[in-house]
Amino acid sequence: MGLSLVEVNSKQRGASSFDEPFYINMGPQHPSTHGVLRLFLELDGETIINCDPKIGYLHRGVEKLAETLNYNQTIVLSDRLDYIASCANNTAFCLAFEKLFGLQVPRRARILRTIVNEMARISSHLLWLATHALDIGAMTVFLYCFRDREWLLNIFEKICGARLTHSYVRVGGVRQDFTLEIIEDLYKFTEVFPERVLEYETLIDVNRIWLERTKNIAVVSAEEAISLGLTGPVLRGSGVPYDVRKFRPYDAYDEVEFEVPIGKNGDVYDRYRVRMEELRQSNKIIRQCLEKLSETEGEPVLPENAPDLLIPERVREPEPKPHPKKGFIFTGKEVPVVPPGEAFASIESPKGELAVYVVSDGTNKPWRLRIRTPSFVHISALPELAKGHMIADLIAIIGTLDVVLGDSDR
Amino acid sequence: MEFSSQSLYAIIITAVSALVLLLVSLFHVAYLTYAERKIIARIQQRLGPNRVGPRGILQPIADVLKLIHKEDIIPSGVDRPVFAIAPLVSLVCAGTGLALIPLWQNFVLSNFNVGLLFILALSSLSAYGVILSGWASNSRYALLGGLRASAQVISYEIAMSLSLLSVVLMAGSFNLQDIVKAQLESPYKVYLIPQIIAFFIFWVSALAETNRVPFDLPEAETELVAGYFVEYSGIRFALFYLAEYFGMVVMSALAVTCFLGGYAGPFEIPGIPFFWFLIKLYFLLFIYIWIRATLPRYRYDQLMGLGWKILIPLGLVNLFMTALLKLLL
Repeated sequence: MGLSLVEVNSKQRGASSFDEPFYINMGPQHPSTHGVLRLFLELDGETIINCDPKIGYLHRGVEKLAETLNYNQTIVLSDRLDYIASCANNTAFCLAFEKLFGLQVPRRARILRTIVNEMARISSHLLWLATHALDIGAMTVFLYCFRDREWLLNIFEKICGARLTHSYVRVGGVRQDFTLEIIEDLYKFTEVFPERVLEYETLIDVNRIWLERTKNIAVVSAEEAISLGLTGPVLRGSGVPYDVRKFRPYDAYDEVEFEVPIGKNGDVYDRYRVRMEELRQSNKIIRQCLEKLSETEGEPVLPENAPDLLIPERVREPEPKPHPKKGFIFTGKEVPVVPPGEAFASIESPKGELAVYVVSDGTNKPWRLRIRTPSFVHISALPELAKGHMIADLIAIIGTLDVVLGDSDR
Repeated sequence: MEFSSQSLYAIIITAVSALVLLLVSLFHVAYLTYAERKIIARIQQRLGPNRVGPRGILQPIADVLKLIHKEDIIPSGVDRPVFAIAPLVSLVCAGTGLALIPLWQNFVLSNFNVGLLFILALSSLSAYGVILSGWASNSRYALLGGLRASAQVISYEIAMSLSLLSVVLMAGSFNLQDIVKAQLESPYKVYLIPQIIAFFIFWVSALAETNRVPFDLPEAETELVAGYFVEYSGIRFALFYLAEYFGMVVMSALAVTCFLGGYAGPFEIPGIPFFWFLIKLYFLLFIYIWIRATLPRYRYDQLMGLGWKILIPLGLVNLFMTALLKLLL
């Protein structure tokens, strides 16, 4: 884990204008490291010579834990990865499992998944805009974004009873259908939301200070972005039009029309513009999906050919008998054994490309589950981006990468 | 040295009126924090303090009580005397300026001839509080905050002095009382009209001098956590806050005096002596708060660039033009 103080000191000697660089430890308890990111900074005045991110403060062993749970139970773990957009994680897990089982997802369930995925994208981007603006000092944008995010979270609560950890997407489909009230709420939301995006833009988009703080900061060229492994809005900000939704469409993304916004210069401002445009595109997708929902009225949201996989054990055995020694346990049938094999699925999560690789050894639990999360890769790109910038820019760079530590530490 | 009863009388009067002024301004500062929270809440579509008393009106009092009861933590490794003195330096330097502001015709606590210079000197000194606290805290964040503050105050001091010098040129006096009188006798009634550029420079510098958004770099919460007072707690922490708000009041009062015609108004309102002065003061304080709710924060080098490359040349040109016009007209 990095170099010790003395080593760094002797290594960097002569690189700065002063003999001794200034070391500062930023985080894990710092207002703008977005959770528990810890950065070990080597400074020359306020200019960053070296930035060494230390992660692992939120490590919960999700991948290992998944090996002890059956496939349905793993969905709950996926909520805790990128807790800002848990529906996206659910979808990635389910897509991989469905490939493994060879399940067909009903059309209505695919549309519903697309809607919740785009809702998750909007709420994630709103939280990103809120904190990014707050980090740069624009306090009011923060609260405006939270106002609208609150609206979305309330809709999520109506959909699945949870505001953050949804577990709404299930293997084979979704947990339950939307009620009419939810559809009405979503219509109302999509009606108003473009105006709200315009409102945020009027607050900061033409603000001279905002432009000075974001333009030409942390410029990443397209080649650099690809070689650093960046994905999502960060990659598209550099002008690479890569979007999993277009390249390998999943769910109902092949049925809807949307554009993939890209940037030109690959600086903080372009990435901000890309995300703002994505807010509008997501809104458009939700709108189209809502219209498709009326076409598929009454269709099932879970496939009928694999009931054993989908129904939780507790439902099948209505009276679980208390175990004399272990207390209350489920006595229902275990989830049936799946054939050995492996499957890979990747989706466009709000943060970037989220991929899941699962290997089955023929039992009812995954033998190995590997998650490729965007935040982890983005944090590893942080030292490259931050070098030569000032502390104030570092805050903007952390914001522009949009990292969630639950996603990176797993 | 002998004390006549008359001079003793004068001393007592001065002391009593100073105490009254202090209490009144403390009251203002306390409720300025309340007003700020309420106004920003309004702008941001939330409620603001509303628990203590009706509409949260007693919130400042609750805050003060809470801060007094907090444990006064002195971290290990700090330079104790400096650590203890720094908040007082800040507060005294920020608050003393009020004594020189003419609140009403012939109503000024200390009417002396270089009042404007004295206020400028005090505001320069108040940077010492910030620098000393940053240095004495034995914390790197605090040190960075202190360094930022010293750079900022030094560069904006010049711009502010230049803008005020044009006012001095117009009025022909450093005495604040005379500046107000000169404004009233001038055809414009307020110096805001001929000196609009100077007012702009003054206001931007005042924002920087009091470390307010968009120049709140020394205490940038999202970068340096809290900057120079990150190690302070309890009442010492409160003193820094008091100093900041005193600074806002003094700068606004100075702007009212030098640019907005001081205590005079378009018409007399009998019975309410400080009406116009307070109205103008509150208006400027409102702008302070409004700016805070609207703008992001500058970066350190951009801030210096703005000060040295734009405000100071602009101030010099303005000063030169003022002198030229004064000579010709």
